Amino acid sequence: MATRYVMSIDQGTTSTRCIIFDQQGRLVSVTQREHRQHFPQPGWVEHDAVEIWRNLERIAPEALKQAGVGLEQVAAIGIANQRETTLVWDRHTGAPLRRAIVWQDTRTTALVDELAARPEASMVQKRCGLPLATYFSAPRIRWLLDDVPGLRERAERGEVLFGTMESWLIWNLTGGPDGGLHLTDVTNASRTLLMDLTTLEWDDDLLDFFGVPRAMLPQIRPSTETYGVARTVLPGVRIGAALGDQQAALFGQTCFAPGEAKCTYGTGSFLLLNTGKDPVRSTHGLLTTVGYQVGAEPAVYALEAPIAVTGALVQWFRDGLGLINSAPEIETLAKTVDDNGGCYIVPAFAGLFAPHWRSEARGVIVGLTSYITKGHLARAVLEATAWQTREVVDAMNADSGLDLRVLKVDGGMTADNLLMQCIADVLDVPVVRPMVAETVSLGAAYAAGLAVGYWPDLEGLRRNWHRAAQWLPSMDPARRESEYDNWRRAVERTFGWLQPRR
Amino acid sequence: MPGPVQSIQRGAAILRLLARSSGKLGVGEIATSLGLPRGTAHGLLRTLQLVGFVEQDSATGKYQLGAALLHLGTSYLDVNELRSRAINWADALAARSCESVKIGTVLDGQVLVVHHVFRPDDTLQTLDVGSLMPMHATALGKVLLAFDSGAGAALGNGPLEAYTRRTIVAPKDLTRSLAGIREVGWAAQVEEMTVGEAGIAAPIRGHGGLVVGAIGISGAVERICDAKGQPNTALVTFVRDAARAVSRDLGAARW
Ligand SMILES: Nc1ncnc2c1ncn2[C@@H]1O[C@H](COP(=O)(O)OP(=O)(O)O)[C@@H](O)[C@H]1O
Repeated sequence: MATRYVMSIDQGTTSTRCIIFDQQGRLVSVTQREHRQHFPQPGWVEHDAVEIWRNLERIAPEALKQAGVGLEQVAAIGIANQRETTLVWDRHTGAPLRRAIVWQDTRTTALVDELAARPEASMVQKRCGLPLATYFSAPRIRWLLDDVPGLRERAERGEVLFGTMESWLIWNLTGGPDGGLHLTDVTNASRTLLMDLTTLEWDDDLLDFFGVPRAMLPQIRPSTETYGVARTVLPGVRIGAALGDQQAALFGQTCFAPGEAKCTYGTGSFLLLNTGKDPVRSTHGLLTTVGYQVGAEPAVYALEAPIAVTGALVQWFRDGLGLINSAPEIETLAKTVDDNGGCYIVPAFAGLFAPHWRSEARGVIVGLTSYITKGHLARAVLEATAWQTREVVDAMNADSGLDLRVLKVDGGMTADNLLMQCIADVLDVPVVRPMVAETVSLGAAYAAGLAVGYWPDLEGLRRNWHRAAQWLPSMDPARRESEYDNWRRAVERTFGWLQPRR
Repeated sequence: MPGPVQSIQRGAAILRLLARSSGKLGVGEIATSLGLPRGTAHGLLRTLQLVGFVEQDSATGKYQLGAALLHLGTSYLDVNELRSRAINWADALAARSCESVKIGTVLDGQVLVVHHVFRPDDTLQTLDVGSLMPMHATALGKVLLAFDSGAGAALGNGPLEAYTRRTIVAPKDLTRSLAGIREVGWAAQVEEMTVGEAGIAAPIRGHGGLVVGAIGISGAVERICDAKGQPNTALVTFVRDAARAVSRDLGAARW
């Protein structure tokens, strides 16, 4: 029998990627295509869902060709996607009614303030595990229902469908207007603010609160399950999994036991800790979310700490300040000096996420003296990511009552050696990078392969995980404490910067 | 001696014009400014774009100076960028070969390890990034010597240091060995650095085919080599494929 493979689709914020993996979890081929970012107004971010679909139509066959793999050799497809990005489309024509509203979009700020002022608002976090914030999907659906004439009526009649990107892709892959399957998985559904975290069903009170008609919502399914068979692009191939990208990374890092955590370092960074079969409610500014659900087994929950700006600070250093030509050069520049020279950068570009949740905070550079060079600034840029990680790890330890022993890392920033060493130093735990840095894609592939029996069980997947690199802490404890203290004082200086308009 | 080449003069004029202007320029503006037919200007721009000296804005179709031009004076690839760009392929090579992978560049006549992937057996290993290795006794180093004409300068003419009985120490022998490496496109080292260890490496090429580094595996000689003591051909293929994949990502079209 010919060798069989699993294909992952990672529908991300800036691009869509297809990766083919073999049974050992090794990468066989990669294809990728970026899509346009639309910024129609300050604070608005949109994606053209049709463009994203067309990109997939192109790169999926390319990935097969690059690998020299036939359709019949693909055991399953798994999808990982940018979370919370909100799309509504016409069930009969398949046409989106508007461009997708991306997770970074803050157009719903006023709406969220209005909703938060209602007496029932306190129910939201209790029911779904997430704070009422612009970050999640429900306010965006509501915004669309209010903004597009006639949309509410059509949604109530079930003529218009809502979905995040995995729903959109699955619907199109399985036939679109011609019988396409309208479904989502528990991890994506857990990011809408509309799902009850314990029953894993859409919740009527939440639907009422946000004014979202049930008829437009996809069916909630486990993260790994054979949802159906693709009828186009990859005709005949089973679709075996869907997960939000960060949950996919947790899966790809094989964090299957309670207490295991991973942090994905990209534009923003996301620390997720497996908390097992019970949701842990955070008292330290973390999110409670579904980690994954394997078939009919009970869901596994996670605590999540999103950090808004990490790699984006490096991007700003490159594009906004023009001090480097490419992101990796930050390390070269940072290495021209031995320390930060007393300088700290807190990148509260659009407020601070976990664990502070201060939307009025704005970024600061503190400790400037005439001694500071661009090398020191580059160090401060990298250290900002490390200290932000420290803050959320502390919150996680406090919430879970566990002490993180080792941090598994992935994402584009893990190529930065100095940064990885710095994270090990400030956390005082080893930092390990797995052999496949593409853990989001790998997680989607694992989940799909599990659904169709390509991989037997979670233990089998664990055996595929191998350490590619490890950084051990080597910082003097006294220095760690004094630096942390400086960082905390720098963070305090970001608070309250934005004042209500007078 | 032939006279000046007209198209190079025109190309240079376009670059000067783009350098002087604050914004981006359209092909029409460029043609008018330089008194060239539009078609000629377009052809020149296309070529300049191909070599990375100008960039075209996909939305407006206008041109500006390209990133490659800015790097021209320091025509090297930042080692941290090399690591970033190579990381996926280095991982895949380690997974496929079941050996540890290193990427090296030249630093003052030695090999600087810029990336290291552990052997995927989860044994205790320490990260060697930043360490230096001798050029003439490692597969990475020999690749760099073979393909980078400047790299050998620091070695001098005298005999080379012997690490084992099998280290190549005579410059004449090294020259012969390097010629062979250039011919086949990869290098091996069998117990030339440490008894019991061997390595295989191949060149990483950047824009225009310039060698910017080397990628290779190393490990116990009985795993790297076959019964006759020759580098295992399957492993050689893995290494060369990985080198080619990284090169492709770096923009070395033909490799
Ligand atoms: N070597 C590096 N050092 C520091 N930051 C880096 C490095 N390489 C990439 N980055 C940053 O990582 C981000 C890209 O990582 P990636 O995982 O592709 O992110 P995303 O999936 O969020 O787009 C960018 O923000 C970039 O600035």
